Amino acid sequence: MIKSHLARVTWVLRGLHAFVLAFFLMTGLLTVGVAIGAFAASSAWADEYSDALAGLAAPAFNDKVAAIDALARLGDERATPVLEAMSDNRLYTRKEDGRLVIGGTGRDIALTDAATGEALGTATSRDLTRINVNNALRTALGGAIGRLQINNADPAKRLAAAETMARDRTPEAMALLRDALAREKVEDVRAAMALTYAKMSLTSTDPAERLAAVKEVSGRLSSEVRALVAPLAATNPDGSFAEPDPQVRAAATGLIARIDQRLMMTELALNLFQGVSLGSVLLLAAIGLAITFGVMGVINMAHGEMIMLGAYTTVVVQQLFREWIPAEFFGLYLVISIPAAFLVAGAVGVLMERGIIRFLYGRPLETLLATWGISLMLQQLVRAIFGAPNKEVSNPGWMTGAFEAMPGMVLTYNRIAIIIFALAVLAGLAALLRYTPFGLQMRAVTQNRNMASAMGIRTGWVDALTFGLGSGIAGVAGVALSQIGNVSPNLGQGYIVDSFMVVVFGGVGSLWGVLAGAMTLGIFNKFLEPYAGAMLGKILILVFIILFIQKRPRGLFALKGRAAEA
Amino acid sequence: MQRASMAPDAAEIVLPAESTPVRPIRQPAGSILYLDGVSVSFDGFKALNSLSLVIDKGEMRTIIGPNGAGKTTMMDVITGKTKPNTGDVLFNASVDLTKMDEAAIANLGIGRKFQKPTVFEHLSVFENLELALKTDRGTFATLFFHLTGPQARRIDEILGVIGLGDRRKEKAGALSHGQKQWLEIGMLLMQEGQLLLLDEPVAGMTDHETETTARLLLDIARERSIVVVEHDMEFVRALGAKVTVLHEGSVLAEGSIDTVQADHRVIEVYLGR
Amino acid sequence: MLLMSRLATLESRRGWQVFLILLVLTIVLVPVLNLTLPPESPFHVPTYMLSLLGKYLCFALLALSLDLIWGYAGALSLGHGGFFALGGYCMGMYLMRQIGTRGVYGNPDLPDFMVFLNWSELPWYWLGFGNFWFAMLMVMLVPGALAYVLGWLTFRSRITGVYFSIITQAMVFALMLAFFRNEMGFGGNNGLTDFKEILGYNVQAQGTRIGLYVASALVLALGYLISRYIVTSKLGRVLMAIRDAESRVRFLGYSVTNAKLFVFTVSAMLAGIAGALYVPQVGIINPSEFSPANSIEIAVWVAVGGRGTLYGAILGAFTVNGAKSFFTGAAPEFWLFFLGALFIVCTLFLPRGIVGLAAQLRNRAARRAIPSTETKSKEVGDAASEHGA
Repeated sequence: MIKSHLARVTWVLRGLHAFVLAFFLMTGLLTVGVAIGAFAASSAWADEYSDALAGLAAPAFNDKVAAIDALARLGDERATPVLEAMSDNRLYTRKEDGRLVIGGTGRDIALTDAATGEALGTATSRDLTRINVNNALRTALGGAIGRLQINNADPAKRLAAAETMARDRTPEAMALLRDALAREKVEDVRAAMALTYAKMSLTSTDPAERLAAVKEVSGRLSSEVRALVAPLAATNPDGSFAEPDPQVRAAATGLIARIDQRLMMTELALNLFQGVSLGSVLLLAAIGLAITFGVMGVINMAHGEMIMLGAYTTVVVQQLFREWIPAEFFGLYLVISIPAAFLVAGAVGVLMERGIIRFLYGRPLETLLATWGISLMLQQLVRAIFGAPNKEVSNPGWMTGAFEAMPGMVLTYNRIAIIIFALAVLAGLAALLRYTPFGLQMRAVTQNRNMASAMGIRTGWVDALTFGLGSGIAGVAGVALSQIGNVSPNLGQGYIVDSFMVVVFGGVGSLWGVLAGAMTLGIFNKFLEPYAGAMLGKILILVFIILFIQKRPRGLFALKGRAAEA
Repeated sequence: MQRASMAPDAAEIVLPAESTPVRPIRQPAGSILYLDGVSVSFDGFKALNSLSLVIDKGEMRTIIGPNGAGKTTMMDVITGKTKPNTGDVLFNASVDLTKMDEAAIANLGIGRKFQKPTVFEHLSVFENLELALKTDRGTFATLFFHLTGPQARRIDEILGVIGLGDRRKEKAGALSHGQKQWLEIGMLLMQEGQLLLLDEPVAGMTDHETETTARLLLDIARERSIVVVEHDMEFVRALGAKVTVLHEGSVLAEGSIDTVQADHRVIEVYLGR
Repeated sequence: MLLMSRLATLESRRGWQVFLILLVLTIVLVPVLNLTLPPESPFHVPTYMLSLLGKYLCFALLALSLDLIWGYAGALSLGHGGFFALGGYCMGMYLMRQIGTRGVYGNPDLPDFMVFLNWSELPWYWLGFGNFWFAMLMVMLVPGALAYVLGWLTFRSRITGVYFSIITQAMVFALMLAFFRNEMGFGGNNGLTDFKEILGYNVQAQGTRIGLYVASALVLALGYLISRYIVTSKLGRVLMAIRDAESRVRFLGYSVTNAKLFVFTVSAMLAGIAGALYVPQVGIINPSEFSPANSIEIAVWVAVGGRGTLYGAILGAFTVNGAKSFFTGAAPEFWLFFLGALFIVCTLFLPRGIVGLAAQLRNRAARRAIPSTETKSKEVGDAASEHGA
């Protein structure tokens, strides 16, 4: 059928030329001849074009396909919007006159004439008959649009066309693409065209062309390419090879092996990234605990609520920005939220320490119970103020989106930001403990309270500030966690067991232990998930930690010797 | 019973150089406690450095030494609290203590009194002694334990010895420091061990109490072996036993109190720095 | 004979009197007031109140079990809600098997949720649960075995204090996640419910409710006597000694690991029994019973009542749960504030709970009465309260 169309077109064109030439010579009336010739040509084109256009409204799908093909063959740019409209289910015939129209969106449908592009006012769906499209038609439409656009002046359109043409494996499309490829100057577009061409020629009847195609596609080691090449390496049910040519088969098999290896690497890298990402969330949640539990020995069950307070501070700051600050500065709310959350959670921490915890030093189990009580009250307080439903925090613009680090490995910006942020907080804390007078006093008090007191350090103050620091860091973690999930009054509960596991696993009192613990658990969890499922993975990790503590009761980075005995 | 050589230069023999393989200073036969080449290190700090020490059956030995000499660590090694990195620890010349835990070692008949008196403050004086009473330590035996008449009399007897007869019903937490020390000694007696280790038994006692304690220990020593760690030189002199001086985790000198007090190295260690 | 004389020493004469009076009041008076008096009488005990009391009795047994390991051995288990729920699930499995063909799908062997999951046969671990006595054995063995294994792992490694608490909390957390999974075969999210019969009696019937209530009271009384036997034995004193100075006990030659393991296992079994009695009375068991918050709430019951005294734990369970019932009816939004405050007040001001407060008041009154003994009793009292903290 396609061939006969082609023949008809060639015949018409040839006839046209002959007619015009004859007219020239016979009458010598150059201007008239040109005018008439042009008219004749345009009317012949117009007929061909409007016939094909009308064919789109034909009741039978076969006829519609023929019409789409005809339009694609004619190469008339005007057909593009019509075909696109048809693909989007926006092509109608008007009931009153049967005219083919393109409809806009909305309840009152704005109409334009499909043939002329003339505006025809609005109509409702009752006045129109939609032209039905099925998936086969959509494929044909995609191919036709691709062919129409492959020679477009805009490189972006050509690129899009090169990609949409991939599914259209007709010889005409191939020929068109080959020509376009030969002319193409823009490198990206060229590469895309070459790939599409290779994909098309994988089903070619010529073994040399198939081999060349396999070589061409081997530049991209994606699962898509694997699916394309896979038939060449497959065996038939009777055991014979689907691909008769051994050279092509070998090339295809080799390529598949390489792709599989690459895919495995990608999965590994992706798991690693997700593990590090989860690890950094755990790290953020646990760093504060490393101070309050690890350094001070206070078991703070309200630690999760400090995180929750930080997250709610972010909600409040965001709301204030929405109301008072021009929209273009909205992204800055996060920058303000970090110190705000630190101060809010830190202040609550200082109050807790001065009001309750300091009376319970040396009684860890009582501290555990009292801080659990605080956590219940804080949750209920937040529920009373903000309501029980989840609050949503929107990411600032620079944190939304993702980039593809390698084919099939998409990294979102908010995850990357959290990894960097977690490490920055850890480094900042390590520096604070090491290089500032407060850090020195803090270490002095935790190592020998009486001596520190004798040297004039106000140990009570240091305790309060240390606890405030740990709580404040938990608040900062809340800012980060608000970016990757919902904020609810029981946000903190989800992290408390995990945080303790990290600190216990890593070794109490060691910041490096917390880093190692968080990353190990995060990565371990993500690698376990595909095999065991999320919940079972978590259970296995808990069991693993319980067993691990058997071997090293004081964690990975344990203090040894006499200090550990105390 | 006493070892022959006590001269200062004899101490050289018990201080083997680190590189040479540790030779037993003598065979363990006949000893109640035998430590040979015992080393313990915490994070690179050597608390015990190839320590060798032999206590004979029925012997009383006092151990002195400046702070950090390794006295308490030595006790920890003997009672199983700390495992040595290297070295042998033998009880009764045959039982390897390094392979056992605290409870098993205690059940062999090695009792220990801690530097800081540790009694069970929530239990009465009587109950403290009852727990120390030599009986089957199994969990179910303990659950179904029933105090017999002779056992009750034995507790009464010890209550008399440590002078706490009229406070038997009081909580141990209510006792004075010196009384707690005595209660702990009483608990050692209840255990009826063959070897008693006492870490600073007279710390915080009045002179009178110290004298009484010395008499009590000498009395006990007739039936069993005793190792006493002490700082109080008057008390050490009152016990009149052989003295071992520890320094930096090894034996520095050994001999009678007069011999070691005359030893220039001992003087240097105590006064010189 | 020996046992009888030992039993008599469990309580003082006055203690036995109080015990028996309370027992008679609970198992005789309450059901009688429920059955014989007309509803309009001011002394009538409505059936819902009876069920509520039945629940409290189960909670009291649970509190008692936690007090054994926390109040006496000093190890705060934050996993007792887990043992309770495991016992409850064992009972729930028995009750599910009693439904028979009366389920929605009418399958004689498979509970509804298994039919829903397209399972074709009963998983092996459900076998035997159709038999009441087997199920009752499992009610004790399953929590007991878990406690034994977990205790062996932790006590042997000398994991104490908050580390033990965190590990037990992690255990219930893991259990909760596990029981939420449908593939586990315990009804997933919805748990086990829609029970029809227990031992052939309709679980909804008033007679069955009274029967379960009386059974709970009797089991609580028995649990109390068993616990009392343990804590007044020499092993009980070893446990208290462990609480005060664990390492010192080792140097006396006792195996701390075994002593704790024994009491932890017994305690878990008691908690399991409490759960088994609880489930038919409330008619459902689901994974939220494993939530760590539930387990930690048990600790506050014990703390409020007074840990280290068995009747304190029972008192605490009744007090806190009574308050909970009151608040959830009168002002639900304040319940968590109240509970939170209770945790703080107890630890800061009432280290020995209501029982300790009562003893303090008695002491003060006694001191006022006999001024001459003041100094001595003050000394003792202070020393005790200092360490009781």
